[in-house]
Amino acid sequence: MQVFTGVERPEGLSRWRAGGGRKWAAGLGRWGQALRSPLGATAATLLGLVLLLAILGPILWGDRADAIDTSSLSQGSSSAHWLGTDSLGRDIFYRVLVATRLSVALALLATAIGVATGVLLGAAPWLLGRRVGRFAVATINVAVAFPALLLVLFFAVIFGVGIRGAVLAVGLGMAPYYARVTSTLVAGVSGRDYIAAARIAGLGRMRILLRHILPNIGEPLIVNATLGAGGALLAFAGLSFLGLGVQAPSYDWGLLLNEGLNGIYVSPAGALAPGVTIVLAGLAFNLAGEVVAKKVGLRTANVRTASAYGPVPAAAVDEARPASDKDTAPVLAVEDLHVTVTGPAGPVTPVRGVSFTIGRGEAVGLVGESGSGKSLTALAVAQLIEAPGRVDARRLEFQGTDLLHTRGRAKGIGRLLGTSLGVVFQDPTTSLNPTMRIGRQLGEVVRRHLGKSRGEARARAVDRLRAARVPAPERRAHQYPHEFSGGMRQRAMIAMAMMGDPALIVADEPTTALDVTVQRQVLRLLEEIRAQKQVAVLLISHDITVVGQVCDRVMVMYAGRVVEDLPSSELRTEARHPYTRALLAAVPGMAADRDRPLTIIPGRPVDPAHFPPGCAFADRCPLADDHCRAAHPPLATDGAGRRVACWHAGEPLPVVTEDNVGVGEAS
Amino acid sequence: MSELRFDGVRVRFGTGRSGMVAVDGVDLVVPSGQVVGLVGESGSGKSTLARAAVGLAPVSDGRITLDGVALSHGGRGRSERPVQMVFQDPYSSLDPRMTIGDSVAEAIPRRALRGSAARRAEVVRLLDLVGLEAGRADAYPGQLSGGQRQRVALARALAGRPEVIIADEITSALDVSIQGTVLNLVRDLQRQLNLSMLFISHNLAVVRYVSDVIAVMYLGRIVEHGPAEDVLGSPRHPYTRDLLAAAPDADVDNLTRIESDPVLRAIADAEPADPHHPPAGCRYHPRCPVGPLVLPERSDCLTVEPGMDHPNHAACHYATEMLTARGLGDPRL
Repeated sequence: MQVFTGVERPEGLSRWRAGGGRKWAAGLGRWGQALRSPLGATAATLLGLVLLLAILGPILWGDRADAIDTSSLSQGSSSAHWLGTDSLGRDIFYRVLVATRLSVALALLATAIGVATGVLLGAAPWLLGRRVGRFAVATINVAVAFPALLLVLFFAVIFGVGIRGAVLAVGLGMAPYYARVTSTLVAGVSGRDYIAAARIAGLGRMRILLRHILPNIGEPLIVNATLGAGGALLAFAGLSFLGLGVQAPSYDWGLLLNEGLNGIYVSPAGALAPGVTIVLAGLAFNLAGEVVAKKVGLRTANVRTASAYGPVPAAAVDEARPASDKDTAPVLAVEDLHVTVTGPAGPVTPVRGVSFTIGRGEAVGLVGESGSGKSLTALAVAQLIEAPGRVDARRLEFQGTDLLHTRGRAKGIGRLLGTSLGVVFQDPTTSLNPTMRIGRQLGEVVRRHLGKSRGEARARAVDRLRAARVPAPERRAHQYPHEFSGGMRQRAMIAMAMMGDPALIVADEPTTALDVTVQRQVLRLLEEIRAQKQVAVLLISHDITVVGQVCDRVMVMYAGRVVEDLPSSELRTEARHPYTRALLAAVPGMAADRDRPLTIIPGRPVDPAHFPPGCAFADRCPLADDHCRAAHPPLATDGAGRRVACWHAGEPLPVVTEDNVGVGEAS
Repeated sequence: MSELRFDGVRVRFGTGRSGMVAVDGVDLVVPSGQVVGLVGESGSGKSTLARAAVGLAPVSDGRITLDGVALSHGGRGRSERPVQMVFQDPYSSLDPRMTIGDSVAEAIPRRALRGSAARRAEVVRLLDLVGLEAGRADAYPGQLSGGQRQRVALARALAGRPEVIIADEITSALDVSIQGTVLNLVRDLQRQLNLSMLFISHNLAVVRYVSDVIAVMYLGRIVEHGPAEDVLGSPRHPYTRDLLAAAPDADVDNLTRIESDPVLRAIADAEPADPHHPPAGCRYHPRCPVGPLVLPERSDCLTVEPGMDHPNHAACHYATEMLTARGLGDPRL
């Protein structure tokens, strides 16, 4: 049985969502889609059939199933009795159909008992506090260690033969499993800040459990219960078959199977039929559970799954390429890049027409708010957008090699990217494999791509760690990621990106998770690598001041497009796009006037599902007029190579504070 | 009058060898109607201190008092909670299955308002206070932006009729463009309601903007404390100076000077200390640019831990020397 524990915050996607109505429509659509898939359709049909039989069976055929016909005892199949008759001459076909109700009802009842007991036990650690709770957890763990079937048999003997005993036995036998699932889910949710907030507000534990915890773990619990119902059905049939469950004159599939087995040589159909129904009904519950689990799991997945893929580390230089070509050609050339990903309501294109080049050894910053498409741009460059996401561009060349149209021949591209492109992600905790020593993790790259020996790879890893200013690199290479602090892990990531002499390092918010003092260290390290090795850097950040400090050139992105591109030395004085200037003004400096409100950018970023026809920034822009809202401004290049996309580039801005726009973002 | 006072507060997690003292003997006062900014790096214990004040972290020693009365967090029932907290991540601090109106209503003490009409009116008033329309009460957190969620979190904290609000990194999960609106709101509310506030952030510019008093924490101890303009204008403790130097719009020359000196460079690249094994003597000495690693004659830093009883309110043996040397233009400082 699959344990499903997907309680990751279901609102993970919701930065992309705007209205509640659309969310609903998307929800219905999602289930409709699930039903149309072969698996979903099969599950729904089977489950519907089983439930329908359970309801209608006894009403329609109850009399016929119980009709005793002494003239035809223990007969084989015939036209009068399709599956033959039992020892009292009752029609087995109708008995199998009628038995559906009891079999399914008992299975569901047992599951309900199991889930209820399990939830009570599993929530006990939360209700009882730490000390008693630890004891409860230990009890659950011990109970889980017993095989469920053994527990069921044990309870069945204790509670005595009969329906009541069997239901309790199966229910309690399942309970430890649900208790374990519940306690895991509760432990996950109870760490959330909203639980802490409720505690601070003075709510009792029981109340928090009912109002906050249970609603948030309900979904995975229901999925597990559906999967468990199939198991309960089987367990029950087993008990009845052994004579511990349902007793005559009542009958369920297990009992029918038992009776049929006695006459299997006379009438094999009599044993086969209940067996088949047990399998089908069990299948119906399990398939339904799988479908629900899949849908719920999909919904809780985060849109930025791409960043969960490991780093694309660089190894050695690509020797095949002539040196002269490499010196003059840009390291990276991107023209009209579009990235399409699956949103909650169909595909959206958060990156729409981004063009830029990065020269050898150049540091370029990419700045924007969340949802501006900056990270997707970086992932597209690193070829980390996976299906169903799609990357389109007129040109996407790295080191002179077309990345777009040679995708089929993955081997050559893989080697090129693996050897000369390094990626550093925001969260070094999730981008390093926690079960592997740092040294081996770094060395694996060169071993795989260049066939180096273990010793050579290790020597190189130590060398790179030293270059990334990791103190005592020999010792550190032997350690696991959890033994590194956040800043050190990020240095290890940078070392991994430098395993050879990469031509480009893409760093996606590499310092956002770090303290200011550590941030300075990491930025300085990137700066040094660039200066010493002529490595180009694409630095993505939401903080325009960070980018301005490190990069030669800053590109500002808004709503999936580059809106301004200028040398960072001119950032403070020469920025022409109102958005760039607003971003700069919004960062509180150490000289900000404490008695005046901070400058803000009113409104909120555009939803990638609903880009306006004109300039996307128009609604938040103090300079916007009707022309801006109607026509999208082109990205115009001036004589000095600076680019800006604004109809009013460089015009003086009125001062925007909350005084004259109201509470901008809230309305 | 509502003065939050920490007296020798110590928070210890775990026991025996695996134990860790996250907060080690902190004395701090949040004066009535003032904002105290608390800065420090991750692992310095600033968030633990905040959580201790609202009962989310166990105080193993010392006292936390409000107007001289010890805070009690035990007991069931919904007694009023005079200290409320706003959390860092607005995506995790609101129950996704609950409308924001319900989330706020839940925090209103039962004794304060009876009847659902009165409670609803109070919710509308609170939402209005943080600049959200009444119609938003039926929205779920998933339908709001990060900044709006943080407004809801503020409204929920205010619903408890608090005398002190603890704001733990409330803007660090927000985009820069939205950060300003939340900070402006915090300042307005604080002035309007005359709240006492403990404002925690790693961003000095943000702390500077909202705080009257600033306390700097390092490895579980407060190392410098004083009026905001003094601490930021003429920092006494080398750690405070280091933090200031790391601020994004700081003097860039500072960096190049560190670059050129291998000893200073090694110190600047040092790993943050491990809170499980705080160094002996002054806890900052392995990273200190004016400490024993640079100036060997300052060996007392290795053995004697400086206290806060210093006239400069900085836990540094050489705080006074530093002030005078700074005037003389010693390049090492």
